[in-house]
Amino acid sequence: MADVNRGNRPLSPHLSIYRPQLNSITSILTRITGNALVVGALMVTWWFLAAATGPDYFATADAFVTSWFGDLVLFLSLWALWYHSLAGLRHLYWDTGRGFELDTAEKLGWAVVGGSVLLTLLTVAVI
Amino acid sequence: MAFMTARKRAAGLGSAKSGTEHFWNMTVSSVALVILVPLFVFTFGPILGAPYEEVAAYYGRPFPAIVAALTLAVGWMHFKGGVQVLIEDYTDGLTRKALIIGTICLSYAAAAVGVFALVRLAL
Repeated sequence: MADVNRGNRPLSPHLSIYRPQLNSITSILTRITGNALVVGALMVTWWFLAAATGPDYFATADAFVTSWFGDLVLFLSLWALWYHSLAGLRHLYWDTGRGFELDTAEKLGWAVVGGSVLLTLLTVAVI
Repeated sequence: MAFMTARKRAAGLGSAKSGTEHFWNMTVSSVALVILVPLFVFTFGPILGAPYEEVAAYYGRPFPAIVAALTLAVGWMHFKGGVQVLIEDYTDGLTRKALIIGTICLSYAAAAVGVFALVRLAL
């Protein structure tokens, strides 16, 4: 009893075993978008710091943030932000114990994906 | 290993005793961000790309400044909690500790920078 073999036991199936599904993909994307937002968030925070420091520093930061590279990062961040927000709303809904039926979960998944693209295009059009 | 009892092996591997609080903090900050993020996107978006004087005047106004300060502060704290879970899922030992400490320091630093910048722009 004191020295049970713990090294050679079956593991639960993992990524290499499961077939990708909408639910698993949307879940992984929630994590990726949330963590990847660090890039855009640092850029925006830096932009504010530069604006608070003075015109010269602002010119440097603003040139970077509004360059093609900055634009690309912010565009992807915008999508990530909407995606993560919608996926977060889905989690808040799930937290109430609702929405776990397979067809509902499927609809919610497509709503998160479609909604994030729609909101991103809408935001770009408005701004 | 012969003297290792099951009790001894299990000690210290249980709950960290703060999972509920972590979950609750993420829930509260996520609800706040659902409101703040759209407000921030549609106040920050239009002013991005404007010249320095316009930006300074814009963030001298209470509404855009408060929305931006709250979004950065709450956003970075939400980031701190979320990234910690990511780190805990994929790493352990010293790597885990170092990454979590790094994330916490970065999050507080960035939040402080953002709030300081907005206070300075507003005053």
